Amino acid sequence: MGLLSEIFIEPFILIADIPDLFIQTLWEGFVSGILYALIALGFVLIFKASGVFNFAQGIMVVFAALALVSLHTKFGVPAWIALLLAIAIMGLLAIGIERIVLRPLVGQPDAILLMATIGLTLFLQGAGETIFGGEPQSMITEELGLPTGATDWHVLGGRVTFQHIDVAAIIIAGLMVAGLALFFSKTRIGRALRAVADDHQAALSVGISLNQIWVIVWFAAGIVALVTGIMWGARSDVSFALEVIALKALAVLILGGFTSVPGAIVGGLIIGVGEKVFEVYWGGIFGGGTEAWFAYVLALIFLLFRPQGLFGEKIIERV
Amino acid sequence: MSTAEEISPAETILEVNNIEVIYDHVILVLKGVSLTVPRGGIVAILGANGAGKTTTLKAISNLLGAERGDVTKGNIVFKGNEIQSLSPNDLVRRGCIQVMEGRHCFGHLTVEENLLTGAFTRKDGAAAIKADLELVYNYFPRLRERRSSLAGYTSGGEQQMCAIGRALMSKPEMILLDEPSMGLAPQLVEEIFEIVKKLNSNEGVSFLLAEQNTNIALRYATYGYILESGRVVLDGEGAALRENEDVKEFYLGIGGEGRKSFRDVKHYKRRKRWLA
Repeated sequence: MGLLSEIFIEPFILIADIPDLFIQTLWEGFVSGILYALIALGFVLIFKASGVFNFAQGIMVVFAALALVSLHTKFGVPAWIALLLAIAIMGLLAIGIERIVLRPLVGQPDAILLMATIGLTLFLQGAGETIFGGEPQSMITEELGLPTGATDWHVLGGRVTFQHIDVAAIIIAGLMVAGLALFFSKTRIGRALRAVADDHQAALSVGISLNQIWVIVWFAAGIVALVTGIMWGARSDVSFALEVIALKALAVLILGGFTSVPGAIVGGLIIGVGEKVFEVYWGGIFGGGTEAWFAYVLALIFLLFRPQGLFGEKIIERV
Repeated sequence: MSTAEEISPAETILEVNNIEVIYDHVILVLKGVSLTVPRGGIVAILGANGAGKTTTLKAISNLLGAERGDVTKGNIVFKGNEIQSLSPNDLVRRGCIQVMEGRHCFGHLTVEENLLTGAFTRKDGAAAIKADLELVYNYFPRLRERRSSLAGYTSGGEQQMCAIGRALMSKPEMILLDEPSMGLAPQLVEEIFEIVKKLNSNEGVSFLLAEQNTNIALRYATYGYILESGRVVLDGEGAALRENEDVKEFYLGIGGEGRKSFRDVKHYKRRKRWLA
């Protein structure tokens, strides 16, 4: 009886009692959900265009953020120039990956490409630690002109705190997704990217260069990684521990479907909000710490009942 | 088989000289195929399943690489330059594009977007591309009606038109057309071939097409090659091939003397006359 009440009654009494805590929890979940969604977005971009499951997306987030911070703090480059240089580094990385990893492995089975991206993960880890050092660093939030501080919102007899950086993160993420969507639907290169995602052979036959397209998607994924790294770094620290959190993007992908950009976003939000709310209201039953596994259990449940995800690719079949 | 002198002195756009193609380093598919396409011609490659028609086209368009195929002997000359080492996109830029067997439209793109991907390699500006889009819609009015539908939801005939239109958007001088009749109703096949003929005479596009439907292909083609087990076994003017007794018997199903089982004659005769 006690357990049932803990599951079905007490949490809702708590929600009704302290509504501002509930709103705060939702907000926190929403923000981390956006960040999960951004990491998942990087995966989806690459998976769609090249069929490669990019295990290295998480480490790319760390690598990009570390490059940015170190350029400023270690090498004394002004923040905005460091940002541009970090973008350039992600571009060079994309070219390098295409030349050295993808091109020689064209036509190999998917498992081999996955292994290659695991190798890439280890390489970026090693290179990152060697060049930028392994200790956690704080993000250069203020130098980049990102807002700090917080605003309180008094509501329902309590107050909810909004960190300005979180608000900025959501706005920037929204702009970036809108920008990507426009790029995909309106530009010549975007059209070519979707064509490649649809049918590699046919894309080749109309003269689309796969090598060029791969560089572009890896670059796009690199920029998404950089933005994610900045936002996440501003909330905690920039360190290699971020990579573990990036693994949660796998759960997001299972929820949202590997090929769907809206799926990545909705999946990210479900997991972000879900794990926060679950931890605050039901976490006590499990002795807390549910955030570490909630996403994966949810993903397992999805695998059982809807393996293609919420927004898995519509398979067009004509009869 | 030398063919250069049999063709009228018109300029040659494509020449395939004695090519051999091996898949996966072991499977020999083409055993020395030669053919010539005059500028402005419609040339057909005919033959049964597995004869090597698609492989020949893919060897020309350089799409073999993705399937672990390799041209190991011979050479291919397009507009006077050897092209075996070019990438497919270089070749499209130079004016030779393939329409693959089974259409291969981009299912999740609209018909219009499909057409526009064909213009990917062009650098001559949005206005020129838009003008060509109009041109394609004039040849294929059906595509104009379906312009905003996803290509995956259009009919087989519309997809074939979409694939040909898409190739046309690259402003090609030559189109390699693989099995345009596949899976289409006879009336539609006729319609497609009529458009091919129109494109050929109005736009000056040369065609090299692979077909199993010998009858219709030889009605439209100026010249034909018959491929069997990776070799050219017979070639000639379209009209002459249609009158050839062997072609009639083997491919058009018109027997010389009364009814008999196709299976009985086929083997020994082919061996005797062609493969000896």
